[in-house]
Amino acid sequence: MVKSGTIILNTAARFLMPLQLMFSVFLLLRGHDEPGGGFIAGLVAAGAFTLYLFAFGVSATKEVLRMLDPRDLIGVGLLLGMVSVVPAWFMGQPFLTAQWWTIPVIDFKASTPLIFDVGVYLAVLGSVMGMVMALMEVDKDEP
Amino acid sequence: MQLAVLMGFVLAASSPLLNRWFGHRASTVLALYPAMMAAWLISQAPSVLNDGPLLLEWQWVPSLGISLTFMLDGLSLLFGLLITVIGTCVLIYAGGYLKGHVDIARFHIALLAFMVSMLGLVLADGLLTLFVFWELTSITSYLLIGFNHTDIEARKSARQGLFVTVAGGLALMAGLVLLGVASGSWSLAEIGQMESDLREHALYTPMLICLLLGAFTKSAQFPFHFWLPNAMAAPTPVSAYLHSATMVKAGIYLLARLQPELGGTALWVGILSVVGATTMLTGAFLAIQHTNIKKLLAYSTIMALGTLTMLVGIGTDYAMTAFVTFLLGHSMYKGALFMVAGILDHETGTKDVTAMGGLRQQMPITAAIALIAALSLAGVPPLFGFIGKELMLEAVFGADGFRALLILFAFVSAILTIAVAAIIALRPFYGHRHETPKTPHEAPVSMLLGPGLLVVGSLSLGLFPAMLGGDALLTAAATAVSGQPLAVSLSLWHGINAALITSVVSLGLGFLLFKRWDSVRAKLSVLAPVMRHGPEAGYESLMNGVVRFSEWQTHLLQNGYMRNYILVMLLVLIALISNSILLRHSPQIAFVLDIRFHEIIVVGTMVMGALFATISRSRLGAVVSVGIMGFSIALIFILFSAPDLGITQLLVETLTVILLVLVLFRLPRFSSLSTSLERIRDGVVAAMMGVLVFLLIMTAWSIDQFETISAYMVENSAPLAHGRNIVNVILVDYRALDTLGEMFVLALAAIGVIAMLKLRHDNGGDSKANDGEKNSIKEPYDG
Repeated sequence: MVKSGTIILNTAARFLMPLQLMFSVFLLLRGHDEPGGGFIAGLVAAGAFTLYLFAFGVSATKEVLRMLDPRDLIGVGLLLGMVSVVPAWFMGQPFLTAQWWTIPVIDFKASTPLIFDVGVYLAVLGSVMGMVMALMEVDKDEP
Repeated sequence: MQLAVLMGFVLAASSPLLNRWFGHRASTVLALYPAMMAAWLISQAPSVLNDGPLLLEWQWVPSLGISLTFMLDGLSLLFGLLITVIGTCVLIYAGGYLKGHVDIARFHIALLAFMVSMLGLVLADGLLTLFVFWELTSITSYLLIGFNHTDIEARKSARQGLFVTVAGGLALMAGLVLLGVASGSWSLAEIGQMESDLREHALYTPMLICLLLGAFTKSAQFPFHFWLPNAMAAPTPVSAYLHSATMVKAGIYLLARLQPELGGTALWVGILSVVGATTMLTGAFLAIQHTNIKKLLAYSTIMALGTLTMLVGIGTDYAMTAFVTFLLGHSMYKGALFMVAGILDHETGTKDVTAMGGLRQQMPITAAIALIAALSLAGVPPLFGFIGKELMLEAVFGADGFRALLILFAFVSAILTIAVAAIIALRPFYGHRHETPKTPHEAPVSMLLGPGLLVVGSLSLGLFPAMLGGDALLTAAATAVSGQPLAVSLSLWHGINAALITSVVSLGLGFLLFKRWDSVRAKLSVLAPVMRHGPEAGYESLMNGVVRFSEWQTHLLQNGYMRNYILVMLLVLIALISNSILLRHSPQIAFVLDIRFHEIIVVGTMVMGALFATISRSRLGAVVSVGIMGFSIALIFILFSAPDLGITQLLVETLTVILLVLVLFRLPRFSSLSTSLERIRDGVVAAMMGVLVFLLIMTAWSIDQFETISAYMVENSAPLAHGRNIVNVILVDYRALDTLGEMFVLALAAIGVIAMLKLRHDNGGDSKANDGEKNSIKEPYDG
């Protein structure tokens, strides 16, 4: 059985999880130019939640996730992946042609590949968390 | 226009909302859609009739030559009008028939989706677009037949209809692809204008057979007719619409559409006229053995479908005229008769005509509608059905091939059809009053409106064929079917000729048959044992065979032991790779021994990890040593400067270890299950796999056949895709479609894992629930 962790693990997890999550977003956003990207970032985020899961158990992790069911994350991720396809149609270009817009003030490159990458991020996060949490819950329910 | 048609799907999806807003009036509100489409078609009619086909272009997938272009010519106009006008009647009728039904929104969704698919089917210009809409009608038909999904018979019938039509759909797809290849065009309009003759193409025979299989299954031609009577499990509005007026005519539409390009050969004439005539006779003969009013009508529809196929097969100008006239007439009277059958069922609570009688008093309007529609079915003047039947008989007398056979079949069918018409029109409404499960009274206006409109159409088109441009519409349709200009001028009186004499004689004989129907039916029941060996029995045994085969191969391949799965997969892989690398090509090995010391250490660690994993007697130990292998691989990626791969490998490895550890808690104590012989076998398989993969990699590395594409990626990543990280650019831009597919695979895998774990936990230890589940899986095939 996976038991809730020790003081060291609990304390570490409490501080590491936000850091890891921030790091995952950082990896996600820089992915197009430097090592990183949606898949890696999704795995890092999943690692963050898994660490928290090991420290505090399933119900505490569910509280952290609030209403975000991992299964919903999968759906949202796939939806974003599909949505990123659409703008190209309006520009009269073939399916999945990347579209780029520069947001002037902060000089940020917004693009359909970024939306797509966020979709990958969420789908990976949702899939891994879904599997891990389902496995943990089986443990919890056994007498 | 394409948008207007596709909007129908949106309307279908929003019908639950409309049902909430408009309550039981939702049907009438939804009926506005087909009514508007009908109005649009009528508004286009003058230009189509005068200036020829109308092309509405819309590219869909230009790189594959798939377009959503619509072609409106006489034939699609006729079909489009049938679909929209009868659709309007049926929707209004359904509002009364299914009033207060809990699932009426679901009914509306499927019915509207069907209507849109059918419209798309008859309007489509692209071969592949036609196929897509064709399959959509099969699927919506499945949903509608199985509308009463708690009824096992309805589910079984729905599945049967789906299997038969979709199997035909597969053949149709092959046929359409062959047609596209042979003609070099994917557009019906272009194929129609081509100089070269497809009949002389080498692919003509296979193409024709595939296309005919598709058309025959859809249009319930012998020997595929059996699904149609079973489809009567659907609510009556569905039977009236899909299984009489529209969907089953899709196959006929296809035949008519291709007649100018493919028709006229001995093969075409032979198959179509013989199969059509056989279907005609089979339908008429089986009809009089049934007392269920819907089955009676279903078999009589099969008879009509056979007639239409036969007429396309005969292919003379006369037959073309007869074809379009019969088609229009049949849709009108059969739609009305089905709706009358629905009214009878709704008001009396029984479908058995022998259990009804004397209803004329209670339901005078229904009786009048039934009488007119049945007279049209029987082909009695002055109704439109008479003109259709006269033309049909004249076409049969003028047929080039198989004339004697066709005349005989048509004559016998005519007698039987007249008996059927008399049964439907007279049996429920005249004679003694029978006690019925419900006390009958006249149907509500909404249910009388649709059939009423259709019989008024039969009557007025019969009396004044030229009225409302009926002649012009049929002229355009017949022209489209025959491929050359035809003038259709209909009239009731054709003079005294063979067709008229046949008509009169068959009328008398048919009425005689009706008088003796009860005793004839009793005599025919002797044939029941023979009937049980019909095509449906063949279908059943085929399906049972499929189930038995899949059970056998599931036991063989899916026996639930992970070790077997892996063994089978590896053996297949070994067979494939060794076939390719050892037998067909020779392995190339060009050794360059340029190995650094740190590389040896990393690889050595991997080898040690692998070895320890195989001999370890502790699961945790094995997991850790596999993990060591994974981390070493990550190290290799980093050594060869692939940071993205390295990071990914590290993270995946970490999560794999976590997942494995979670699973390990649930496993029983470690024990050695395999014998030493099995272990030797596994060792040999593993070694073979290792050696082969080594050879494969060395060969791939040694031969330099193609220029690598990495240079292109490196050069264009920043300027074209605005990214410096090539790996990521490939993932989200160059190969985004692959990534999208992988996302779906990942999501499916995760959902599978979650579902299995949750299901297990919900049913845990509850053997009863498990049994129930097993039965519900098996039931569809046994039931």
